[in-house]
Amino acid sequence: MSLKTRLIPCLDVMGGRVVKGVQFVDLRDAGDPVEAAIAYDAAGADELTFLDITASHEGRDTIFDVVARTAEHCFMPVTVGGGVRSIEDIRKLLLAGADKVAINSAAVNDPDFISRAADKFGNQCIVVSVDAKQRLDQRVGGDNRSEWEIFTHGGRKASGLDAVEFAVAMVERGAGELLVTSMDRDGTKSGFDLKLTRAISDAVEVPVIASGGVGSLQDLVDGVKEGHASAVLAASIFHFGTFTLPQAKAYMRDHGVAVRMDGVA
Amino acid sequence: MSLVTIIDYGAGNLHSAAKAFERMADGLGGIGIEVTSDPERVRLADRIMLPGVGAFADCKAGLDAVAGMVEVLEERVIRGGVPFLGVCVGMQLMASEGREKVVTPGLGWIPGAVEKIAPSDPALKIPHMGWNTISITRPHPLFAGIPDGPDGLHAYFVHSYHLVTESADTLLATTDYGGQVTACVGRDNMFGTQFHPEKSQALGLRLIENFLRWTP
Repeated sequence: MSLKTRLIPCLDVMGGRVVKGVQFVDLRDAGDPVEAAIAYDAAGADELTFLDITASHEGRDTIFDVVARTAEHCFMPVTVGGGVRSIEDIRKLLLAGADKVAINSAAVNDPDFISRAADKFGNQCIVVSVDAKQRLDQRVGGDNRSEWEIFTHGGRKASGLDAVEFAVAMVERGAGELLVTSMDRDGTKSGFDLKLTRAISDAVEVPVIASGGVGSLQDLVDGVKEGHASAVLAASIFHFGTFTLPQAKAYMRDHGVAVRMDGVA
Repeated sequence: MSLVTIIDYGAGNLHSAAKAFERMADGLGGIGIEVTSDPERVRLADRIMLPGVGAFADCKAGLDAVAGMVEVLEERVIRGGVPFLGVCVGMQLMASEGREKVVTPGLGWIPGAVEKIAPSDPALKIPHMGWNTISITRPHPLFAGIPDGPDGLHAYFVHSYHLVTESADTLLATTDYGGQVTACVGRDNMFGTQFHPEKSQALGLRLIENFLRWTP
């Protein structure tokens, strides 16, 4: 098979500007999202993801403008997450030019929302964000539970839900893809939580995007080979120029991960 | 000024399709791109693009719900010979029937059925989502300047079903995902892509440009 592993730069957006949180708290402003999107497009990104990190608790109209301006220039798939709570939110984002929406809190609070959204717009555009943290007490909930619990609101709110069970339930309801983020690793540059990624990827039929914690190019390879991810998402390492997308793709290719090199090499 | 209509029937990301068509039309000049749900505008079109995402039956129901649209498509594409491009489920609708959950009649332009993809390797994820190369099985003007094969350009796919044509003559390109998967179909003045040209960067923009230049 010649389907390639996707490399997805993620742009965290607040008030129309790109930021990257270290553990979602310590934010640094790092530029205009549309400029960054165009640069990533030219550098061979396979998709783009915008996460509107203000969305859960502030106004979010700026994201529609960001998405619409990006769609004028970038002819590749764009996913938007953050504060997606209603069918109308999804409709507006798709009309602005998004291809997929990533849903987190609303999926946890109202699982039926995922069923309705998938029925309305198709599974292909419904990504469920599985934001998970290692349980503090592994024994809570009995033997059948995994080691991870679902969090919402950018990692601030525990849900009590088991991460693997939640992931499986979301796919049954119509999620076409899962964005699995380790909230323990996010922003730490210590690599994906590979056990978490693999546990979920092996439990579902749909593609899993590994997210949270990339610090080295080997982390990207590990996410695919050890984590069984179909796509890998990273922000800081590209954003602050630690590595370029072509460097990352060349490294992945040289370490046995099939990647798309169109316009890269 | 020639007119290209992108049909709005409530299925598909029309914004990104329109933007990609506008980008390529700007380079050629003299072409207007219009997103419309009005069959009378489609009747006047010099080229027609039919998008579509989601389930086959929902898309067919959506298209049928636009009064007069299927009739205008039959009139212009089948009898009028207007160049037609179907994308994703818009391509699948060209089939005789869809077999996604329920059996639903399609437009019947390309004999064949839309069936679930069945990769030989059970570890392969469904949907088939992401970038894959294509293998051109029959030369076509819409493939001009598009390198295929393992070292060729990539197209962006996202689908769980594909159009299995009855005849090898209407299968124009395939991709490989644990077996052969239909990538492009066509005959006469009609062409369909399972992948999304509007999301496929260099390959997609070239195919759209080729469509806008095409005189079948």
